[in-house]
Amino acid sequence: MTWTDADQERAIRGQALSIALAVAPFGVAFGVACSEAGLSVWEAIGFSTLVFSGSAQFAAVSVLADGGTAVAAVTSGLLLNLRSLAFGVAMAGALKGPVWWRALTAQLMIDESTAVGSVQRTDALKRYGYLAGGVAVFVLWNLTTVLGVSVLSSSEQLIEDLGIDATIPAAFLALLWPRLADPTQRIIAAAGAVVALALVPISPAGVPIIAAAAAVVLARPWSDAPTERPVAS
Amino acid sequence: MSTAVVVLIALAGGTYVLKAAGPLLLGGDRRLPPWLHRLAFLLPAPLLAALVLTSTVASGKDLVFDARVAGLAVAAIALRLKAPFVVAVVAAAAATAVVRAIGG
Repeated sequence: MTWTDADQERAIRGQALSIALAVAPFGVAFGVACSEAGLSVWEAIGFSTLVFSGSAQFAAVSVLADGGTAVAAVTSGLLLNLRSLAFGVAMAGALKGPVWWRALTAQLMIDESTAVGSVQRTDALKRYGYLAGGVAVFVLWNLTTVLGVSVLSSSEQLIEDLGIDATIPAAFLALLWPRLADPTQRIIAAAGAVVALALVPISPAGVPIIAAAAAVVLARPWSDAPTERPVAS
Repeated sequence: MSTAVVVLIALAGGTYVLKAAGPLLLGGDRRLPPWLHRLAFLLPAPLLAALVLTSTVASGKDLVFDARVAGLAVAAIALRLKAPFVVAVVAAAAATAVVRAIGG
C-alpha cells in the first residue's frame, strides 16, 4: 500500500463519520430514556457532554428509571467504564502533547474514538483517528440526545425496524477486520471473544470487555522478541 | 440537588478519571517501555472482538441471538469481499431489517 497521509486522513474521516452515524440513533434512544426517567433536557445534555460514554449513560439512567439508588446508578456506570482505562493505555503512546491538551482530549476516550484511532499505522494517524472519531461522535451524540429528549419519545421501535441497532457491531467488526490478517491478533481476538461471551451471563455489563483484554497474554507482550524474528537456537 | 444531578456529577467525575489516567500518566513525550508499546498494539484486537460480540448478542446478562446476528454475518461477507466500511455497515442494517420484517 502506498497511500499518502492525505489519503489516509480522508479514509479516517470516512470511518469517523460512519461510526458517528452508526452511534447517532442511540443518542436518540438515550434522550428518550432520559425523558422516560423524568430527567430534564439539561440533565440529559449534562450526561451526554460530561459523562460522554454511551453504555454508562444508559446504565445509570435505566437504574434511575427503575427507582435504583444513586450509588447503584453510579457504580453500574463506572463498572462499564473501567474499559476506558484499557483504552487509555492502548492510546497513550499516540496521544502526545502538553498536559492541558491531553487532559482535554481524554474526555473523548470512548469505544469509537479508540477503535478508529488504535487501528491506524502511525502515531500521528492514530491521534488523527482518535480525534476525528471522538469529535464526530461527540457532536452527533449530543445533537441526537437533545432530539430524543425533547422531540421524539417513541423512536426505539423505528431503530429496530430499520436494523439500525446492527450498525454498531458491524462498525466494530469493520475496524477489527484488517487486524485479523495477522495470526497472532487473530488468536487473541478469538480468545477475547470467547472470554467476553462466557462472562456475559455471569458478570455485570462492561466486565466481559475488560476481561477480554486479558487475552493479550497469549501473545506474550512482555517478551521483547517480535513475532517476525526467527527463533534463536 | 435531584438524584439525577448527583449521579451525573459523580459519574462524570469517575468516568473522567478512568478516561484520563492513560493519557495523563503514560502519554506525552515520555517513551513507552517496549512491552507497554507492544501491549498497546495488541489490545485493540481482543477489545474490538469483545465489543463486536457484546454489542451483537448481549442484552443485560442474557445472550440474545436475533436478527442482528444475520446483519453481522452479512457485514463479514461484505468485508471479506473488500467492501468499504460504509457499505459493510449499511449492509448489516439492511440485512437485519429484512430478517426482522420476514420474521414479523
